[in-house]
Amino acid sequence: MKKLLKGNEAIAEAAIRGGCRFFAGYPITPQNEIPEYLSWRLREVGGEFVQAESEVAAINMVYGAGGAGARAMTSSSSPGISLKQEGISYIACAEIPCVIVNMVRSGPGLGGIQPAQGDYFQATKGGGHGDYHLLVYGPATVQECVDILYNAFDVSEKYRTPVMILGDGMLGQIMEAVELPEMKDLTKLPAKPWATDGTGVGEKRRIINSLYIEPDDMEVVIKRLYARYDEIKRNECKAETYKTEDAEIILTAYGTVGRIAKSAVNILRSKGIKAGLLRPITLYPFPDYEYAKLADKAEVKEFVDIELCMGQMIEDVKLALNGKKPVRFFGRLGGNVMSAEDIVDFVLGEVK
Amino acid sequence: MAKVTINNERCKGCGLCVSACMKGVLELSTEETNKSGYFPVYQARPDACIGCAACAVMCPDCVIEVER
Amino acid sequence: MAKIFTKTKMLTDNVLHYCPGCTHGIAHRLVAEVLEEIGAEGNCIGVAPVGCAVFAYNYFNCDIQEAAHGRAPAVATGIKRVHPDKIVFAYQGDGDLASIGMAETVHAAARGEKFTTIFINNSIYGMTGGQMAPTTLVGQKATTCVYGRDPKFNGNPIRVSEMLATLDGPSYIARVALYDVKHVTEAKKAIRKAFQHQIEGKGFSMVEILSSCPTNWGLSPLAALDWVKNESTKTFPLGVFKEI
Repeated sequence: MKKLLKGNEAIAEAAIRGGCRFFAGYPITPQNEIPEYLSWRLREVGGEFVQAESEVAAINMVYGAGGAGARAMTSSSSPGISLKQEGISYIACAEIPCVIVNMVRSGPGLGGIQPAQGDYFQATKGGGHGDYHLLVYGPATVQECVDILYNAFDVSEKYRTPVMILGDGMLGQIMEAVELPEMKDLTKLPAKPWATDGTGVGEKRRIINSLYIEPDDMEVVIKRLYARYDEIKRNECKAETYKTEDAEIILTAYGTVGRIAKSAVNILRSKGIKAGLLRPITLYPFPDYEYAKLADKAEVKEFVDIELCMGQMIEDVKLALNGKKPVRFFGRLGGNVMSAEDIVDFVLGEVK
Repeated sequence: MAKVTINNERCKGCGLCVSACMKGVLELSTEETNKSGYFPVYQARPDACIGCAACAVMCPDCVIEVER
Repeated sequence: MAKIFTKTKMLTDNVLHYCPGCTHGIAHRLVAEVLEEIGAEGNCIGVAPVGCAVFAYNYFNCDIQEAAHGRAPAVATGIKRVHPDKIVFAYQGDGDLASIGMAETVHAAARGEKFTTIFINNSIYGMTGGQMAPTTLVGQKATTCVYGRDPKFNGNPIRVSEMLATLDGPSYIARVALYDVKHVTEAKKAIRKAFQHQIEGKGFSMVEILSSCPTNWGLSPLAALDWVKNESTKTFPLGVFKEI
């Protein structure tokens, strides 16, 4: 049976059903429904909720809880995610699985609270200091949020890599009917021999650490992380293609902009223009092979990259296309969101 | 009857044990260093030891074992 | 003859990296001895700081997480909430706890998180080479206050134990020192009491340990102990500031 849920609440419930048993967070708009929901819901399932004194503290509580073996999560929005970057870098290096939700708002600075996509670079290129990446998803619908969150801990634990969900205020506030999956049986999850559960003594003690004073040791760790990213790329990359079979113009956008672009494809089609959509679902690793495939098709004339920022994903798009096809850019800024008609006008060259 | 065993290689020659000893049992060596280059503590007057373990209590490096 | 003093099994055999005469080593040993005595072997998780004790994970014979600078109380909060039945402790210096991590310290204490904090106060940043700490005494020289700490330019030292004792969350707060056998023995009793509070689930517990830094104070190990006795304790009086 489907249930009508707000995006933020659906994310919280899906995380619980996916096994989340620890959450630490700090209030910031537009993601507050996530900690609010989890503050009572975690208690129902025997988990722990901490309203932390800061985003910095919250991410480090996740470091502790995740390192101790719990399925731990935090959520925030852009300025708060900036504050968490130190901790995220440590978590990535210490190979602690966890889930981080960023309901992006506009920036830089305190910015605004309306939807934006200006955190793409931060999310996909590492974000904090040092050589690392996160596994980053950009869901477009509330159901997709549920599906991704439900499996996020499994994926994060499989690769011992933190997972980030990049949403925005629109996705967090929108209400949609969703199918909620069954509660995962936590007793059937793979063991975590690396987790500091307190039983370690002597040779068997576990050390969760990101300090490697010897250059050779640090090099080994970084290479291990990147080998894992390659594996993630092979196994976990996801993208949606829509009406691309005969398309001559490929719109490309992620998250909520992806769904707006889908409407634009239909309007363009009704005007006799063969448009299609390529919507990356994993933003890191980037599904560049999907772009390469379309770029090799003779009938594809151009790509139009659409974002709620000055153009960040477009750099990955251009790398993926490798100069084979031209790319135009259309963006709105500061919390403004384009309509499907705006996209159509841009594609048709009617933007004043 | 008391006996102090000193783990020479762990000793950093800080001398906290020397001053903690009421009986003047311990002194820092002045001629031979250990592998780390420190002048380690040694028992100058072992017969005077009463096994109070004050030296071990003040040692920051777990160098000293005491039997009585 | 019976062994009356031997290295506790809650310390590994690794040689401590601390400078000669640094009382970090004594503090490590006391904590480890208490852990052994309360039966924490195989039942305990530590949190190491950033600072001189950054390698604490090499020495304590238990599961350990190395925290970012100042974040040990947040990390310990996460661990203890996940494993409420395990002994959890954070080992932090004064820069870590009282400067960059003051917010985490105050809030973990205010929430009454049931872990134990060992707070090494040596009034200086040791690992980075002797800069002024939040606990540097008025008049004390450091590499970032070369004429001695002047409250007009450098502000004043912070008395963490007294401050935390005003909160409702902590159940045991004490300040001890390691400058002679008697005080080392008393320090161990305080550490034991702090862990006892944790075991009984009474609240946040912390022992502030006045420690020496011969290297960065520019004193011999013995003179440094005298300095703790005669100078540090004037600004940081010893005692129990909270016990419920």
